[in-house]
Amino acid sequence: MNSSSSILQLLSLAPPGWGGVLLTGAFATLFISFGAYLVGMVLGLGGALGKLSGIRSVQLALQIYTTVVRAVPELILIVALFYAGTDGLNRVLDWAGFGPIQVNGLVAAVAVLGFVQGAYMTEVLRGAILAIPVGQLEAAKAFGMRPGLRFRRIVLPALIPNALPGFANLWLSVIKDSALIAVVGYQELALAARVAASNTKQYMLFFLAAAVLYLVITILSNMLFSALEGYFRRGQRPIT
Amino acid sequence: MDFSWIFEYRDLLLHGMLLTCALLAISVTFGFTIAVFLAIAQVGNSSVLRLAGKAYCTFFRGTPLLIQLWLIYYGLGSYLPYIPGLRASFLWPILREGLFFAAVALTLNFAAYQGEILRGALLAVPKGELEAARAIGMSPGMILRRIWLPRAIRIGLPTFAGEVILQLKATPIVFSVTVMDLYGAAYKIRQDTLLVYEPLLLVTVFYVGLTFAITQVFQKLENAVPTRR
Repeated sequence: MNSSSSILQLLSLAPPGWGGVLLTGAFATLFISFGAYLVGMVLGLGGALGKLSGIRSVQLALQIYTTVVRAVPELILIVALFYAGTDGLNRVLDWAGFGPIQVNGLVAAVAVLGFVQGAYMTEVLRGAILAIPVGQLEAAKAFGMRPGLRFRRIVLPALIPNALPGFANLWLSVIKDSALIAVVGYQELALAARVAASNTKQYMLFFLAAAVLYLVITILSNMLFSALEGYFRRGQRPIT
Repeated sequence: MDFSWIFEYRDLLLHGMLLTCALLAISVTFGFTIAVFLAIAQVGNSSVLRLAGKAYCTFFRGTPLLIQLWLIYYGLGSYLPYIPGLRASFLWPILREGLFFAAVALTLNFAAYQGEILRGALLAVPKGELEAARAIGMSPGMILRRIWLPRAIRIGLPTFAGEVILQLKATPIVFSVTVMDLYGAAYKIRQDTLLVYEPLLLVTVFYVGLTFAITQVFQKLENAVPTRR
C-alpha cells in the first residue's frame, strides 16, 4: 500500500510521525499496569491473610469480593468502578463539606485495575500460603517466633516461589486488561494507536505497531519472570 | 434504583442477550476447531508448522483482545472493499457488519488460548497408550483420531470450562466496534435514560447467571465421562 519511507515517516518519533505518541502510550500502559499490580498485591496480601484468619465475617466479605470481581466481565467492572468510584468519592467529599473534584484519569485507572487485580491476587496468595509445609510454620512457632517475625522470615520467603507462576499470569493479564482503560478514555497504548490510526487513516500500520509493542512487553516480562523463578527456587529440588 | 426502563427496552435487551450467547457459541465452536489443528501442528514433526503454531499462539496470547479486534475491524476491514468483486457478491452484507469482525477476532483469540491447553494435553497423554496403539498396527492418522486426540480432550476438559467463562467475560468488548450485544444495549440505555448503575447491574446479573449455568453444564459433562482414579 505504502512505500517504506512513508511508513518510517509515520512511525518517526518527531511530531509529524506518531512514534512518539505510541511510545508515550506504551509507557502509560506500563505505568498503569505496574501501579495496579502493586495495589493488587497489597489488597491480595491483606485478602489472603484475611481469608486465612478464621474470622467468619471477614472471610464472608472477602469471599463476596473475590467471587463477584472474578465473575463479572472486566470491561463492565472497569466502566462501573470508573463512574461509581468517582461519583462515590465526590459524594463523600460533598458530605464532608468539600467541593467536588475531577478525579485524575491515571489515578482512577490504577485504582480500578488494582481493585480487580486484588481479587485474583487474593486467591493466588491464599493458595501459595496454604502450600507452605505445615512443619515449617510449626518449627517457627516452636522456636518462639512472634506472628510478625514468622510472617517476615518464614511465610513470605516460602510463599514467593509458590506464588510466582500466578504472579506472572496476573502481570500479563493486567497489561492486557489495561487496554480496556481506553474505553473510558484514558490515553494509554491502545487509545494512542487508535488516535494515530484515525488521524492518518493508516489503521493496519498503527494497530500492528501497537500489537508489536505489547508483544515486546509481554515477551520481555516472560523472560524476567522465568529468571525470577529460577532465582527464588534456588536450592529447591526439581520436581521429577 | 429505577428499573422502569426494562419494559420499554425489552427487545433491545433480548436481542443483546441473544447476540452475546451467539458470539460465545460461534467463537467457542470455531475456536476449538482451529485449536485442535494448532495443537497438532505444535506437537508434530514439521518444524515449519511447529514454528507457525507457536508464533500464532504467542501473538494472540501476548496482545490485548481489544487491539486484535481493532486490527481486524479497522485494519483488515479497510482493505476489504479493494478486493475486486467482493462488494458485488452476496457476502458483502455480512462482511460490512461489525458483528462479523467481532466473531472473527473472538474466534482467533479463543483458538490461541485453547490451542496452548490442547498442546499441553496432547503431551500429557501417557506414552504407553500410544505405544500400544502402534503395537496393534494403527496408522498414525488413526492413532490421532481414535486414541491421542480423544484422550487429550478428556485431559483438557476441566480447564475448558474455565476458558469458556473467560471467553464469555471477553465478549462485551465487541461493543467498541458497534455491535449491539447486551453490554452495547446497556450502553445505549445509559445514554438515553442517563441511568448509570441500573443497566450495568442488569448486565452483571446476566453474566453472573450465565457463568453459573456454564459451570453447572460442564460439571454434568465431566461427571458423565467416566474416569478411574
